[in-house]
Amino acid sequence: MKKTIKKLTEAFGPSGFENNVRKIVQKEIVSYVDSTKKDTLGNFIAHIKGKGPKLMLAAHMDEIGVVTSYIDKKGFIRFSNVGGFFPIHSLTARIVFENGVIGVIGEEGRKSMNDPIEMSKLYIDIGAGNRKEAEKLVPVGSFGTYQREFVDLGKRIVSKALDDRIGCAVLVEVIKRLKGKSKFDTYVVFTVQEEVGLKGARTSAFGIEPKIALAVDVTRTGDTPGASKMAVELGAGAAIKVKDRAIVCNPLIVKKLKSVARKYKIPYQLEILERGTTDATSIQLTKGGIPSGAVSIPSRYIHSCSEMVDIDDVESCVQLISKFVQTGI
Amino acid sequence: MLLEKLSNLDGASGDEARVREFIQKRIRKYADSMEIDALGNLICFKKGRVKKPIVLIAAHMDEVGFMVTEKRQNGTLGFSKVGGIDSRVILAKTLRFGKNGTKGVIGAKPVHLLKKEEVTKIPGIDEMYIDVGAKSHKDFKDIEVGDYVYFDTCFEKISAKVVKGKAFDDRAGCSLIMDLFKEKFRMPLYGVFSTQEEIGLRGAMVIGNRLRPDYVIILEGTGAGDFPSKKDNSKSPFLGKGPALTVMDKSMIADKKLLELIIKIAKRKGIPYQLKQPGIGGTDAGRIQISRKGVKCAVIAVPARYIHSPVCLMNLSDYGNTLKLAKFVLKRLGDSGK
Repeated sequence: MKKTIKKLTEAFGPSGFENNVRKIVQKEIVSYVDSTKKDTLGNFIAHIKGKGPKLMLAAHMDEIGVVTSYIDKKGFIRFSNVGGFFPIHSLTARIVFENGVIGVIGEEGRKSMNDPIEMSKLYIDIGAGNRKEAEKLVPVGSFGTYQREFVDLGKRIVSKALDDRIGCAVLVEVIKRLKGKSKFDTYVVFTVQEEVGLKGARTSAFGIEPKIALAVDVTRTGDTPGASKMAVELGAGAAIKVKDRAIVCNPLIVKKLKSVARKYKIPYQLEILERGTTDATSIQLTKGGIPSGAVSIPSRYIHSCSEMVDIDDVESCVQLISKFVQTGI
Repeated sequence: MLLEKLSNLDGASGDEARVREFIQKRIRKYADSMEIDALGNLICFKKGRVKKPIVLIAAHMDEVGFMVTEKRQNGTLGFSKVGGIDSRVILAKTLRFGKNGTKGVIGAKPVHLLKKEEVTKIPGIDEMYIDVGAKSHKDFKDIEVGDYVYFDTCFEKISAKVVKGKAFDDRAGCSLIMDLFKEKFRMPLYGVFSTQEEIGLRGAMVIGNRLRPDYVIILEGTGAGDFPSKKDNSKSPFLGKGPALTVMDKSMIADKKLLELIIKIAKRKGIPYQLKQPGIGGTDAGRIQISRKGVKCAVIAVPARYIHSPVCLMNLSDYGNTLKLAKFVLKRLGDSGK
């Protein structure tokens, strides 16, 4: 599974540019599902036929990134954020563009090290000598992401874009393990443009009209030095979302997930996330309303180039979702 | 000129009737059907010779403005903004009431009476007032709380190419649709004049759910960024450099293939174009894109300086080039149809 995770996280895929990720997912799952399709916005939808109610499982393929907005005379490139790209995480990090060009994030000189880091004072240096040179490689309007390799620390793994390629990897694995034992008519959706407003989840849910939906995404943890209080820890199991900034998860789904976890002795924890949200929020409000919940993979350093998750948690998430699908509601 | 008449009309969010009636009267003979929906959106339709693709072009009728919130004993009127307006541009401006043209001014202390600390401070909107020359509240004959009030601006040409007026955002788009409807296309075409864009893309919210377009092109008047500054930073879009195309703004990432097609057509036809600085602003496309099963959207905009103020400037050659580009794009989408 780590091999798939490595492939998925190292793929280039900021919001709106999910093609590469889709291709990897497609290759992994195509022989395990009844049909696949790509919809208008680019969501990749896999259907596993079953007799029960329609279930939608969703993980987003896109990652946070940047888009270039201006190149100055000397060839330094200014940029805007795509989703929650945090300036504080970005200093001297490397950015890769769709065509493979790599640049370094630099910062205008500041008077004091205590001054805040502002987006408008950052630039990307691709080593160009002037505007013309830079323009040829990275014209205005180019999308980029962090450039960082996957690292296996053993029990834990580190990479960019674990948000939410780890969710994609979990669902790929769930698909492989289901083997026709589903209590649902299951649609697994690898969504687009989550980071810029939960967009793909909304439109794919509209098309599918599921009776129930589960999003699979990362959540933060409260277990690092000085972290703001949160009960989720790395390595303590799959996180069953109860509430975040924008959704109160359907209580019956939460209850069912908890009982499945207990029954099969799958380690789990309850997630109450104060900031941030996920695809479940927009699925919930689609059409006449869709009961929705989420299973989260605990992650440290979210939206940075070195996000960290615990591989046992990943396994717990796979088990929990698989058993849930096989148990029914 | 259509743009002149449209710009001089008053129509803030929720008060679009005057603009809608004007458009309705003139577009009638070019449209096969017209309809006004519950939110006041004007939906015009032109049949095609083929069934697909269904293309929708949209522009919003509403502009930013003001609303009377309070009739005070001392003869002044409290007001609030409708849509995003910078408080610094409204002091000491002449306003007119939409319903009857009554004039008023936003009062501002003369420089002689300003205290030192007031010179550098912008008063809050609650400290400002509209002065209609009344002695007391008894003089407010026709004025009611809830009345819409507008910048008292008249459209005029200030140079061979540049015009001044209010509400180019988005009467420029309205004018473009009216001009485009005079053309013939192979595919079915919706022209939508939407409401309440300036207060949260509200009219557009229902458009995508009702109509089922394959492609949407939003026509906008967008803010130019070409202000004089010594800093080597982005000033796009510029006045006079052609239509501005959106890669990504706060509301949407444009459909990649549709944007590429627009750029290809501009290049082939020799029409100047520019990419709008990413990450700024938002349009009705943000709503329509995520309606139903999702819709492919792009934005083509005429740059205008000082939008959301009483004195927008626009270059007429940008308008002409935007019209040309939009026309070729629609022709191309029609030619691809079946």
